[in-house]
Amino acid sequence: MESKIILEKKQLEITIDRLCFELIERLGDFSDTALIGMQPRGIFLSRRIKNRLEHILGNQPFLYGELDIAFYRDDFRRGNEQILPSELKIDFHIQDKKIVLIDDVLYTGRSIRSALDALTDFGRPSKVELLVLVDRKYSRDLPIQPDYVGISVDTRSNDKVKVEWKENNKKDSVQIVTNQ
Amino acid sequence: MLPTNKMKKFSQKHLLGIKDITAEDIQLVFETADNFKSILNRPIKKVPSLRDITIANVFFENSTRTRISFELAQKRLSADIVNFSASSSSVSKGETLIDTVNNILAMKVDMVVMRHPAPGACQFLAKHVNAKIINAGDGTHEHPTQALLDAYSIREKLGSVKGKRVVIVGDITHSRVALSNILCLQKLGAEVMVCGPTTLIPKHISSLGVLVEHNLKKALEWCDVANMLRIQLERQDIKYFPSLREYSMLYGLDKERLDALSKDIVIMHPGPINRGVEITSDVADSKHAIILDQVENGVATRMAIMFLLAGRA
Repeated sequence: MESKIILEKKQLEITIDRLCFELIERLGDFSDTALIGMQPRGIFLSRRIKNRLEHILGNQPFLYGELDIAFYRDDFRRGNEQILPSELKIDFHIQDKKIVLIDDVLYTGRSIRSALDALTDFGRPSKVELLVLVDRKYSRDLPIQPDYVGISVDTRSNDKVKVEWKENNKKDSVQIVTNQ
Repeated sequence: MLPTNKMKKFSQKHLLGIKDITAEDIQLVFETADNFKSILNRPIKKVPSLRDITIANVFFENSTRTRISFELAQKRLSADIVNFSASSSSVSKGETLIDTVNNILAMKVDMVVMRHPAPGACQFLAKHVNAKIINAGDGTHEHPTQALLDAYSIREKLGSVKGKRVVIVGDITHSRVALSNILCLQKLGAEVMVCGPTTLIPKHISSLGVLVEHNLKKALEWCDVANMLRIQLERQDIKYFPSLREYSMLYGLDKERLDALSKDIVIMHPGPINRGVEITSDVADSKHAIILDQVENGVATRMAIMFLLAGRA
């Protein structure tokens, strides 16, 4: 097993800053916009982005939530692992809002499909965009593409992309783990 | 990659009784039920998780609450369901339990929720048929989903179950709710006492590690939570106490008894209530009672149990 760091602490901070400015550039004053982090792993990124945006925007408020997709996954009963839900926190109406879904790694696109399904059960957003920290190119099972990308990587199917956070008691880093 | 939690898994293939499951399983049910409870409070109360599953509700004994609760839980999970009750079936024509259930399973059913008057009927079925079995009450033995929703309701009301004192009042001998509750509460670290007339308390019940009290006033002073059971007249083939009136005077919970206590306690009842026998109307409708919360939590905990069992290979 071989692992290669593609983003370390400082680079990760810069990338998150850039993503925040891209959001501001495209969404303007964040009126009618909600950022939604995806449980369980996307929330570390989405909380960082939330904190950073609060710092940059000062007093300008924006909506923030966290979405759990356990009940919408298409691999329920198809693997050996027990799928367990995580906490879901969306305490606002998403009807006619612009939603930015936030996740750490985009791979097959199946989680995002589940998230779109889950969102529909809360209302009809006017638009949904996707922000990911790592885009694993050319590996999609579904026609889903990100709107905001931290870093794009070429990976093989037996590679693993590991994103670790200090909030999760690890060192901030993104690495590709290759099984030989 | 789609995330999965490698650490936790429901330990059993079936839910036959609280006896077979661990404290970790119970916590898992509670945590999952929290999620379902939030779903039940939003405009679209449905998730697609069990859309490829068929569940048979097989009831050999009457039930209103449990059956509706299971049925709603199944519908909220998008499962397909078939209902079967003994009174309107071939059982009255002499068909055996295994034959009945195997016939249902031949129609490609994945899970069976069964209530049966014979203790152990679900264990028997789990051994002989190839489907996941959920015990919805087997005679005087166990009623695991009721115990789980009761403990969940205590956790919701008081923050946790650990260290709490719970008294179960009434007909302990004939109650499957009592046995399941005792086992469940003990696994979660609560202290349990049973209270009732000597004739309605099994002789060796203290070997389960529960306290026994025959004086309701003392029991109420001791506890944080009182679970008032129904007098099961349908299971009593002989007289266990002289009259309902006498029972009600000695073991019925009324406003006067409640007001005389030095602290507030939580009142529970698994239903159906015999108003004026084990509990008076003013107590059942008071702010101390969480009887309707129990019913609401019943749907969420049953959704959690079916989700966890169905998602297990």
